[in-house]
Amino acid sequence: MTVGLVIVSHSAKIADGVCELAAQMAPDVPLIAAGGTDDVPPRIGTGFQKVQDALVEAERGSGVVVLTDLGSAVMTAEMALEFLDGDARSAVRIARAALVEGSIAAAVRAQSGGSLDEVVDHAESAIVSIDPGALEPFVSHGAAVPSDGPAPPAAGPSVVGEWDLPNPMGLHARPAAVLARELTDMDVEVSINGVDAKSVMLLMSLGLGQGRKLSASASGPDAQRAIDYIGDKVTGGFGET
Amino acid sequence: MALTAEWAAAWLRECARVMTEHRSELIELDRAIGDADHGENMHRGFAAVAEKLNAAEAASTPGEVLKLSAMTLMSTVGGAAGPLYGTAFLRAATGLGDAAEVDADAVVVMLTAARDGVVARGKAEPGDKTMVDAWTPAVEAAETSVSAGASAAEALKAAANAAQAGAAATEPLIARKGRASYLGERSAGHRDPGAVSTGLILQAAADSAGDML
Repeated sequence: MTVGLVIVSHSAKIADGVCELAAQMAPDVPLIAAGGTDDVPPRIGTGFQKVQDALVEAERGSGVVVLTDLGSAVMTAEMALEFLDGDARSAVRIARAALVEGSIAAAVRAQSGGSLDEVVDHAESAIVSIDPGALEPFVSHGAAVPSDGPAPPAAGPSVVGEWDLPNPMGLHARPAAVLARELTDMDVEVSINGVDAKSVMLLMSLGLGQGRKLSASASGPDAQRAIDYIGDKVTGGFGET
Repeated sequence: MALTAEWAAAWLRECARVMTEHRSELIELDRAIGDADHGENMHRGFAAVAEKLNAAEAASTPGEVLKLSAMTLMSTVGGAAGPLYGTAFLRAATGLGDAAEVDADAVVVMLTAARDGVVARGKAEPGDKTMVDAWTPAVEAAETSVSAGASAAEALKAAANAAQAGAAATEPLIARKGRASYLGERSAGHRDPGAVSTGLILQAAADSAGDML
């Protein structure tokens, strides 16, 4: 079974919503919402018991990553961890990540079989720069900020491909996950429009809408396979056209 | 009279009474620089503690009372005060251990453990405009009074006075932790609600100890 996620928010609606959003891209990952207080119906706040129960429910043998929103959610999660015995505690991590972006990145990594450490890493590196000036109509995230330095030198000959995005919604969350999930399992260094194509968050942050050009460059043993895969998905409109 | 489990229970019941009395004041303080839930959360949490104490068999040690209170606060408060006061009371209980009575030295141990717990949980430092600004002078005042020969009740009184002074002194500060820190400079000019509630809790401890003399 995959790593499980516990989503701790002050608001039950936010926690449920994040699980709903992440489940779209990670159907097999246990996503347990722990939003609001222990009261019925929950008030705004965080509930110790609720988080404790969620930790148990999310654990399917591969560990649990906890994602939180504001301050007291972190404190409640830390307390719940302190109440676990040593073995159980070592299988739980609290990711220092933005709730929505981090949860999606973590869920996608968990879905593709990532280890506890990998899932935490993905959550924590899912920082999306929001640049309102570059917002595009169909994508809520701002334009990508590709890393400053040049891309790492590619090993071996590189294979490139270029396509126009045919699907009306562009490179939104689901298609980004479709690409990243499969590419992650290939032995390849691959970028799309200058960002790491194995990162759902970076792909989404490109903000590519319908009709925009998508340029991919890959190197490594699976380079050709990666480019073929991207081309196949893009020209097929990710099944959305 | 020594500070026994009976004192500890009286302290927590007094907390419940005081939080009800100051509910609106804490709500107003928190409305100014936070999310306006502190008064309601504290009222709710300590009312639940009082109910638990009434329902449970009488505890035999002060530590047991504090532990029961900690667990109840964590599950009922909801806001940041839940894990913070939960940790404070839990660490205080651990500090007291199985002792049947709290003497003057144990007051210092208890308050120090509580303060250290709050700092560990919330990662705030003195001057950040948080409850740490009430706990820290309280611990120092208790230490000073006990080394000058104060009784347990006197040490609690000194701690309560210092906590309240500390809470008052948060007024001009700019918050660097918690929800109020989002306000930046606009957080100045208001007392920190958590520091104020800490003053109330320690005043309740001193009052219930005074009643036992």
